Amino acid sequence: MRRCRPGRPLPAFLRATVIAGALSALALAVACSKQPGGDAPPANKRLVVGFSQIGAESGWRTANTKSIKDEAEKRGVDLRFSDAQGDQENQVRALRSFIQQQVDVIAVAPKTEEGWQEVLEEAQRAGIPVILTDRLVRVDDDSLYVTFIGSDFVEEGRRAGQWLADQTGGTAVIAELQGTPGAAPTIDRKKGFEEIVARHPGMTIVKSQSGNFERSKGKEVCEAFMRSPEGPQITALYAHNDDMALGAIQAIAAAGRRPGEDVLVVSIDGVRDAFQAMLDGTLNCTVECNPLLGPQLFDTIEAVRRGERVPKRILTTEGVYDRSQVTAETLASRQY
Amino acid sequence: MATPAGQRSWHASPAVWPVLGIVSLVLLNALFDKLLPGGPGLFGPGAFLRLSMRDGVPAGALVDILNYGGAIAILALGMTPVIATRGVDLSVGSVMALAGAVAASLVVADVPSIAALATALAVGAACGLCNGVLVSFGGVQPFVVTLVLMVAGRGVAQLVTGSQITTFHDPLLEFVGLGRPAWLPLPMPFILATAMLGATVLALRRTALGLFTEAVGSNPEAAALVGVRSRLLVAAAYVFCGLCAALAGLIAMANIKGADPFNAGRNAELAAIFAVVVGGTSLAGGRMCLLGAFAGAFLLQALTTTMYARNIGADVAPLPQALAILAVCIVGSPPVAAMLGRRRKRTP
Repeated sequence: MRRCRPGRPLPAFLRATVIAGALSALALAVACSKQPGGDAPPANKRLVVGFSQIGAESGWRTANTKSIKDEAEKRGVDLRFSDAQGDQENQVRALRSFIQQQVDVIAVAPKTEEGWQEVLEEAQRAGIPVILTDRLVRVDDDSLYVTFIGSDFVEEGRRAGQWLADQTGGTAVIAELQGTPGAAPTIDRKKGFEEIVARHPGMTIVKSQSGNFERSKGKEVCEAFMRSPEGPQITALYAHNDDMALGAIQAIAAAGRRPGEDVLVVSIDGVRDAFQAMLDGTLNCTVECNPLLGPQLFDTIEAVRRGERVPKRILTTEGVYDRSQVTAETLASRQY
Repeated sequence: MATPAGQRSWHASPAVWPVLGIVSLVLLNALFDKLLPGGPGLFGPGAFLRLSMRDGVPAGALVDILNYGGAIAILALGMTPVIATRGVDLSVGSVMALAGAVAASLVVADVPSIAALATALAVGAACGLCNGVLVSFGGVQPFVVTLVLMVAGRGVAQLVTGSQITTFHDPLLEFVGLGRPAWLPLPMPFILATAMLGATVLALRRTALGLFTEAVGSNPEAAALVGVRSRLLVAAAYVFCGLCAALAGLIAMANIKGADPFNAGRNAELAAIFAVVVGGTSLAGGRMCLLGAFAGAFLLQALTTTMYARNIGADVAPLPQALAILAVCIVGSPPVAAMLGRRRKRTP
């Protein structure tokens, strides 16, 4: 252990000076580097867009980010992209910095519904239009954002339910794998599906548990479904996302029943692996929840810049894929 | 503790509490099955105790506990020596994801599966080495060091897999998690965990290594003064923990025939620490119980499986789980244990 001894005060003092010097130099450098980028007037007329993404928590989210970045590059937009790494605090901070940089338009994929009032008011005072993507926020005054582009999770649930009702003639004993408790997609996809089930007296949900949107949990929970007293009667499985369905398919097969035949499997998202499973015949249907909203987002941004009125709610273009429609070409064309 | 380890009577071992916890949970489930109107009875279809043979392999809730508890048990075994040296490893979940990502990516790139497995284990050990060196030689707080890897490791795992779930078809890789050997038709994760328990107990309790580890944890200065090479020992504990995490990651990956860089091992560090603590290892260091950590892991899984069996929603499931863990901790706590011990002595 080297300690600061009374006989040698200089090195410690020197060290402190060097550290202090280095720190202030660093601070200065950071301050300087921020200055020209942040406050410079937009000399070139390039459109500047600030986008705050939640993070990279799933393949869906990564595809979403890629679509937005690619589209910005294609259109020559100056995209200031900020990854919040799953933390809403970071998102609010990113929005403040966008306001400071005086970007033309702010787009944000909010992590949760609450806590946006203040920062959206700041953006409004600065005259910067805000576009929400993927998820909605709860604010007192909906003029705080221009529009919300995203999927309708309730509608997705309805579509999954409708497909199952059509396919089975309205008779099915259903096990449901829910997403993360409390998340908007979980609540809405459950609600939409239940609406359809309620219309068909022959359809009953006998099991419903959370698989946390994870493939491994989907498998573990579905094993428990299959083992339960109701297990042998189950004729359909509805999963709130493809990953859980893909795990569940393994559990159904392990229980000695044929997924896709004895137990119909329907899920939501439309990821590439789901299309592979449909080709293999183990998954019956996936309701698309399209992350590739880059083109739609920038169409809207440009419309807003031109001063056009845009609808308050813009739905992403999405399809329902039955396994009978899926070919090797469909699989190859999937980007996520 | 006046009595030497070899002479402890059965109820003095902290492992007894998680084991009793598991037994009472199983009994509770059986009771529900038997008594609930319309229930399946003790061994009817869907009952907790029911074991059915499928392709010559037993299946049922009890087998599920052994299957899914295996990975947690291996994590807990690795975590025990680390905690006994007053440390903690928060990065095990991320190392799980990383090991799975490495193995799956290599196999998909046509690398022989045995080489892929070895590389993944080596990556885990290397992660442990980074942690260990920074903690023991760098003198950085274990919490901080392993927190960094916890955040960074998952990022690297996503980088390795290109931010998607990498699926594969490889008999050897799948065998690590899904295998049921013909000579012992039990889930492979459980067999691996038991083998690891045996190896760890042999290495730590049949040599002086375990004693040294506890000595470092209870008083690092004193241990160094009597000649224990504490830094090396601490670093080795982290390497072992990293290795265990990688093995657990391979199991998790094999179970779904795919490496999920986003969710594999998420919150696994908490499960492992829970298992270690429930098993009677002190977070203050200096005292460890490997068998306790092993049993603690299966207690956690028994709780999870019970939640599914009893159809308790995921939003309320953490509460009964927390209560059960609390109960085991209280029963195993020194004052209560002393009280129970006294009562036992009084009765002839």
